[in-house]
Amino acid sequence: MHIVVPIKQTPDTTAALTVDASGRISWGDAPLIVNPWDEFAIEESLRLKEKFGGKVTVITLGPESAKEALKQAVAMGCDEAILLHDPAFEGSDAVVTAAILAAAIRKLGAVDLVFMGKESVDGNSAQVPPALARRLGWPLLAYVGKIREVDPAGRTIVVERILEEGRQVVRAPLPAVLSAMQMNEPRYPSFMGIRKAARMQIQVWNAADLGLSPEQVGAAASAARWPAVFAPPRQEVQCEFIQGESPEEIARLLVDRLLAEKVL
Amino acid sequence: MDFQLSDEHRMVQQMVREFAEREIRPVIKEHDRAQKPIPWLFERMAALGLLGICIPVKYGGAGMDYISLGLACEELERVDSSLRVVMSVHVALNSLSLLQWGTEEQKRRYLVPQAKGERIAAYALTEPGAGSDAAAIRTTARRQGDVYILNGEKTWISLADLADHFLVIAKTDPEKGHRGMSAFIVERSFPGVKTGTIHGKLGVRAGNTGWIVFENTPVPVENRLGEEGEGFYIAMAALDNGRYTVAAGATGLIRACLEASVKYANERMTFGRRIGEHQLVQEMIAKMAASYEIARLLYLRAGWMKNMGMRNTRETSLAKWFATEAAVQAALDAIQIHGAYGYSDEYDVERYLRNAKGEVIYEGTSQIHTILQAEYALGYRKDRPLRCELPAYDPELWRAEPAMA
Ligand SMILES: Cc1cc2nc3c(=O)[nH]c(=O)nc-3n(C[C@H](O)[C@H](O)[C@H](O)COP(=O)(O)OP(=O)(O)OC[C@H]3O[C@@H](n4cnc5c(N)ncnc54)[C@H](O)[C@@H]3O)c2cc1C
Ligand SMILES: Cc1cc2nc3c(=O)[nH]c(=O)nc-3n(C[C@H](O)[C@H](O)[C@H](O)COP(=O)(O)OP(=O)(O)OC[C@H]3O[C@@H](n4cnc5c(N)ncnc54)[C@H](O)[C@@H]3O)c2cc1C
Repeated sequence: MHIVVPIKQTPDTTAALTVDASGRISWGDAPLIVNPWDEFAIEESLRLKEKFGGKVTVITLGPESAKEALKQAVAMGCDEAILLHDPAFEGSDAVVTAAILAAAIRKLGAVDLVFMGKESVDGNSAQVPPALARRLGWPLLAYVGKIREVDPAGRTIVVERILEEGRQVVRAPLPAVLSAMQMNEPRYPSFMGIRKAARMQIQVWNAADLGLSPEQVGAAASAARWPAVFAPPRQEVQCEFIQGESPEEIARLLVDRLLAEKVL
Repeated sequence: MDFQLSDEHRMVQQMVREFAEREIRPVIKEHDRAQKPIPWLFERMAALGLLGICIPVKYGGAGMDYISLGLACEELERVDSSLRVVMSVHVALNSLSLLQWGTEEQKRRYLVPQAKGERIAAYALTEPGAGSDAAAIRTTARRQGDVYILNGEKTWISLADLADHFLVIAKTDPEKGHRGMSAFIVERSFPGVKTGTIHGKLGVRAGNTGWIVFENTPVPVENRLGEEGEGFYIAMAALDNGRYTVAAGATGLIRACLEASVKYANERMTFGRRIGEHQLVQEMIAKMAASYEIARLLYLRAGWMKNMGMRNTRETSLAKWFATEAAVQAALDAIQIHGAYGYSDEYDVERYLRNAKGEVIYEGTSQIHTILQAEYALGYRKDRPLRCELPAYDPELWRAEPAMA
């Protein structure tokens, strides 16, 4: 099987984000990491590779420095890594991001599965997976919590999707686009993987390599506009201790308060 | 000159940091309180390749360099000293001694399973009557045909109850002082080996420390490491590696103190301001920040010298001395910054102090390092080449797969 994992480099989840007057977002010198949701996709893909053979290719659309995220994925066990980078890509919205990823996946040739994270921890839109599936014309299996079976010869996959109402079992033909929920415990990079990643010359594909013209990418091609970006107002949290004579009384007072606040 | 870590080193650092944060941090306090080692620790460290991090692949290791060993120690001790102690005794004091002095057969039998983490190894020099004065040990090894018969007692041995293999220093010729000492690889399963735990330690309470008694223990001649009479030099060369891991680890402990103190100083308010805005608190933070950077540079230089195959006894001793003394001070100051909360085990800083105090005692007390540094500076001490030096790091050699048997 050839599995492609599109990953995004994001600020660490503990980074303190600030927004300046012009709407620029900054996370100071907080470290950049592989989007945590993408780590689940990487882990699951590596397990599929271990079971069925084949290879896992990671791709990312981002700046030169995003090579670090790719190296992290290679250190975990991915086989190949490609950076999609071109100054013209800057300002691409989720739909254009998906178009660029789709062009790269087509260029890779025979691909059986695209495994993504359910969303990024910075952009948070969860728009790239559906947009990419649409571009490729492949079925989308979003919010996957478990892979039940894969039949590479029969070219089908059965997964459990996690929905608000419960779990949904879906069968789809391959190739397909999947997005991962927290479905495993991502492995640490191995020393062998680290050595491989450190030595790897990461391929860079630009717009021309992907057969995309400047008008098809970047801010110009993007429909989404960001007229105002601001930090959400700080939530004022008040802590109230509920006291009483007995646990039963405290519980009753607590329920009353929760009802009064319309939490229940 | 290059002060940047390579991609490889950064990934090692990141990986070990994540392991320690994710798996050890949540459980360490409970194990420290109960004075109980984490039962699955070796298994996890082995799975990650940490127990053979800088041992060549052909001897079962991960094939990384000596700087990676240091970085791993820094990250491990940032969470708890007991983790780094495992690296010090298993990897540095024992396994690296086998790499440096061992015959091919000894490496095959002992180094390979140790590097893979299938067997755990310890280092036994100290005795009830001899610590700093290592030449005063009384354990004897008398040659009888094809075996040496070991008799004596070792104490304060890290992992005494848990290790499978011990590197034991004993006297083969008690008349000859430090030239009458030899080193032996002793298996726990050999007859007459008994071990026990030392309870009530001030620090490294999640780590095992104990005593070992040898009662007419027969050790095959082929288990002698190095030549007869070379034991003192082997023991001291081992310390060049052990001290390096302690230096790197203490650097991590300083960082832990700094991180905890910065966080607390930015949260705690007194007199209407964050305590970090009070200059006397700033002084303590500034000193921690400075000692962290100095300690880090010192151990990285020692690691670089090891990679290059340069003798580093002096530089490693300096790194160990500085980092451990600075760690004690950083931990004291971290408690001070935390006020009464730092004085309770609700926060980690009291554990940092208890752990730091051990570091100025083992692997050469601060007094011994002071004397060493003075003697080097005064020209009273010169290092003579060893018969076997620690091999310089050669990436090709370290990563070569074993030849098919
Ligand atoms: C504050 C803010 C400002 C922005 N400003 C602009 C702007 O000025 N102009 C504009 O057009 N857009 C802007 N964006 C949108 C930004 O470009 C999107 O974040 C981006 O297109 C990806 O969408 P997402 O992060 O929501 O990904 P999601 O759809 O949430 O990510 C889901 C999955 O898609 C994959 N994926 C996502 N991104 C990539 C990638 N780069 N490479 C490979 N795989 C990926 C990963 O597998 C990921 O887990 C802004 C976003 C934010 C939050
Ligand atoms: C947690 C822990 C783990 C340990 N693990 C190991 C291990 O794995 N293997 C092992 O072999 N040992 C181990 N040790 C033992 C350790 O190496 C010794 O404790 C250390 O070498 C000091 O020896 P000592 O305790 O006998 O002190 P002593 O040598 O008796 O020293 C007592 C005091 O006198 C001072 N002193 C001694 N000589 C001089 C001098 N010439 N000039 C000035 N001052 C001097 C010392 O600095 C110290 O302050 C461990 C110790 C601890 C605490």
